[in-house]
Amino acid sequence: MDDIEYTKSKYVVPNYVPNPDYGTPKKHSEKLVTLNIDGVDIGVPEGSSIMYAAQLSGVSVPKLCATDSLEPFGSCRLCLVEIEGRRGYPASCTTPVAEGIKVHTQTSKLADIRRGVMELYISDHPLDCLTCAANGDCELQDMAGAVGLREVRYGYEGKNHLKAEKDETNPYFTFDPSKCIVCSRCVRACEETQGTFALTIEGRGFGSKVSAGNKDFMDSECVSCGACVQACPTATLMEKTVIEAGTPEHAVTTTCAYCGVGCSFNAEMKGEEVVRMTPNKDGGANHGHSCVKGRFAWGYATHKDRITTPMVRKSIHDPWQEVSWDEAINYAASEIKRIEAKYGKDAMGGITSSRCTNEEVYVTQKLVRAVFGTNNVDTCARVCHSPTGYGLKQTLGESAGTQTFDSVMKSDVIMIIGANPTDGHPVFASQMKRRLREGAKLIIADPRAIDLVENSPHVHADYHLNLRPGTNVALISALAHVVVTEGLVKEGFVKERCEWDSFVAWRDFVAKPENSPEALEKELGVKAQTMREAARLFATGGNGAIYYGLGVTEHSQGSTMVMGIANLAMATGNLGREGVGVNPLRGQNNVQGSCDMGSMPHEFPGYRHVSDDTTRALFEAAWGRPLSNEPGLRIPNMLDLAGEGRFKALYCVGEDIAQSDPNTQHVTHALESMECVIVQDLFLNETAMYAHVFFPGASFLEKNGTFTNAERRISPVRRVMSPKNGMEDWEITTKLSEALGYPMQYNHASEIMDEIAALTPTFKGVSFKKLDELGSIQWPCDDENPAGTPTMHVDEFVRGKGKFFVTQYVPTSEKVNAKYPLIMTTGRILSQYNVGAQTRRTKNVEWHHEDVVEIHPHDAEERGIKQGDWIGITSRAGETVLRATITERVQPGVIYTTFHHPESGANVITTDNSDWATNCPEFKVTAVQVSREHQLSDWQKHYQTFAEAQIAFANNKLSKKAQQPA
Amino acid sequence: MQTETLIKMANQIGDFFEAEPNQTQAQQDIANHLNRFWTLDMRSQLAAYVKEKSGAGLHQQVISAISAHLKV
Repeated sequence: MDDIEYTKSKYVVPNYVPNPDYGTPKKHSEKLVTLNIDGVDIGVPEGSSIMYAAQLSGVSVPKLCATDSLEPFGSCRLCLVEIEGRRGYPASCTTPVAEGIKVHTQTSKLADIRRGVMELYISDHPLDCLTCAANGDCELQDMAGAVGLREVRYGYEGKNHLKAEKDETNPYFTFDPSKCIVCSRCVRACEETQGTFALTIEGRGFGSKVSAGNKDFMDSECVSCGACVQACPTATLMEKTVIEAGTPEHAVTTTCAYCGVGCSFNAEMKGEEVVRMTPNKDGGANHGHSCVKGRFAWGYATHKDRITTPMVRKSIHDPWQEVSWDEAINYAASEIKRIEAKYGKDAMGGITSSRCTNEEVYVTQKLVRAVFGTNNVDTCARVCHSPTGYGLKQTLGESAGTQTFDSVMKSDVIMIIGANPTDGHPVFASQMKRRLREGAKLIIADPRAIDLVENSPHVHADYHLNLRPGTNVALISALAHVVVTEGLVKEGFVKERCEWDSFVAWRDFVAKPENSPEALEKELGVKAQTMREAARLFATGGNGAIYYGLGVTEHSQGSTMVMGIANLAMATGNLGREGVGVNPLRGQNNVQGSCDMGSMPHEFPGYRHVSDDTTRALFEAAWGRPLSNEPGLRIPNMLDLAGEGRFKALYCVGEDIAQSDPNTQHVTHALESMECVIVQDLFLNETAMYAHVFFPGASFLEKNGTFTNAERRISPVRRVMSPKNGMEDWEITTKLSEALGYPMQYNHASEIMDEIAALTPTFKGVSFKKLDELGSIQWPCDDENPAGTPTMHVDEFVRGKGKFFVTQYVPTSEKVNAKYPLIMTTGRILSQYNVGAQTRRTKNVEWHHEDVVEIHPHDAEERGIKQGDWIGITSRAGETVLRATITERVQPGVIYTTFHHPESGANVITTDNSDWATNCPEFKVTAVQVSREHQLSDWQKHYQTFAEAQIAFANNKLSKKAQQPA
Repeated sequence: MQTETLIKMANQIGDFFEAEPNQTQAQQDIANHLNRFWTLDMRSQLAAYVKEKSGAGLHQQVISAISAHLKV
């Protein structure tokens, strides 16, 4: 790059106008229909509305109840038009275009009607426009102007709604029924966009009103996705931030930093203050939708707990000392040099995070490989989707999901295994629910009754395979057995696309009687007949798509199960086109990207093994340093060695292993045993309590870069405010590198992406410039696919022929017995994210302020446990105490909890057991006993004391001034 | 690293390849897995254990794989 092309100001669009609203959704048809609107000919796809055609030709038809994210409704009567040769005044939103018609949108008769309609609306609407939060952003106000309303003849003496009570219970938006025009946009958004059906129009005629099921919003079924707020044309549903700050003056398109859906948002700004986040209609992953986290839970970026000044200390028992960036960097570098000299380079390593951008991850692994001189770099995907990387690479040839999210709209049978999309991936779940409401069939394999089983309106699972935790591989064998023995294999596909010998070995294996549903039903706890019917449906029901999550990967046979899923998809011919595929739902925003960027200890960016001489030579030439051809340590290996005193220095960027990794006491012992722990984060997280150097990081709102979502979509992250800590995270890493004698010459994150593209074939065509042009790009993006690749493995698999693997079920060694008779499994909830460091510092805590344990009524009764009781949970690894909630969502013998709050200590209980291929921890199966308890566990008491002391060390840190002699 | 940890992990790898119909191939695959994903130190420690303690606690197929194909 010749000069710094990318600056903060590049992305700012002054006088921001939101995406144009075409009134009704775009229709897809190859047939164009030509009509004439106000004297101008326009061609649009068949099925489009007249309103859409008018808007496209530049004619704005007045409207209130129509918006292009929703199907037309035809209630407001403002969008009436006249069509030559037709009688009456049809609504342009509900009237489809027809060849050759002549439409008039502005006539004196139409003007009369519209004024009359508006007069009625305004007669029951407060006239407080000047002080209204929607002033300047109100469609009712706009329409009053557009139709030329000059007087309202009806006074306020009669019955009206002006004194209707405001509902302010939701922490993020208000509902003011006095301003409601009952256009039903909110109700329809809740149904069509979100699929929750929490809102309805209650009553009739004058008594009609929007209702959240006769409850206030907080107590209702509302999931606070904000679709209703976005759809509302008035100030009835309004963001509290807009009420407080006023309307935004510019906007920047960026990408959400929460889950692996990777929603595109417009950060609507006033100067450097975010006023609201509005999902981007052009966002390839979200198409204008969002969830409660992405739209509302960004306040953590300016939370008082942010640490913005670097800190160092000799011992974790000392108070922190505030220092300058130079001092902190030089101290960290000197410690790394000291430890290298004393213990060798293999006693050091780094951990990257899926919460970081691709560019940050890339420079961190580069630092470890080229400067530390070791391949001891790993990422948090180790504890979530590393089996996906391994299993899909082995079978299909690429460590990534095969589809786009939009692909689900062509699926006929959807199988969800070990994932809970409505909580973990809510925006994709809304799209999936839309397809299910259209009639697609649903199979769910999950020990727990997730909401999609039968708790989502107009959606239910055709089959819920509620297997025992830890028996996934037995299930996939049983399903495959049915496919093979009942002649349901798509042999043509297999012969053409797969290694036949591997198929034969797999076929013969799954056909064995011991793999039949009947033989395995006792082990699984699922009726054989149900498995048979589900397998038949999947194999014969049309396009079959498998979506899976951590309920697949976080097992001792996680990788085996991923391969089993790929086997099933290949055998049934469900790969290589839209509507099908193997789709890992990634937990965090950049799990895919952090893996792509070479942060696993055995591979360079682009999944190329470190022992590959050609690849290594490429990176050695580019980086100018010799690189090791030996795989480095994985996170669990680092921790094991640290505990034994043989791993001494860790650079941990954006990850919180002390909370997120299993067997907390093992992790904290390892951290305590190291001599230099460097943590780079927004907050004093759990790991930072064991750190010697703290580099304050920047939030996603404060930096440039890219995230790659679960559908391989690389999306831009753009800086909308100055970093409170003074610099972007990649700059911190490069400063550390420079202090270690290896300057990295980047002026902007875009230059890091240029280097990635130059060294990684699947990223060859990716650049910030192209991202600006296209919005987002799904890799591979190369000469053959310059605009990216939405669907993978179309003509052939990346590895050439698909390879089947024999997947023998091996029960986990984590077994229940008399002492530990229950199985604990873990998961996520909608309002919180991962370790909660971000969401706990937002108003999302109003939905979930503590982790609770779900227990079946039968198990609770046996132990005398009642709703809300404190219960002690003991495993082979540790003990903690949590509050119980009694529910039949979990099956007898299984308990379930989340790990969003550190004091819960959910991971004090989980064990060191891990996946055979990748060491991904077995979070989903822990043998436990539970009993009523009246006090915190010993670990929790120790944690409280320790955490309080550590927070005090940070709060009362010695400032530079205080240290200077008087 | 504790030898017990390495033994447990190596046996888990052995378990996966036990179902492989071609057991000569399975031996190669077990060793390949260790070569590709374990550090040299971890491999060397396990190889030394096999040599010194005859691999007690390790599955036979894993011992054979280590003896025949492990890069140390």
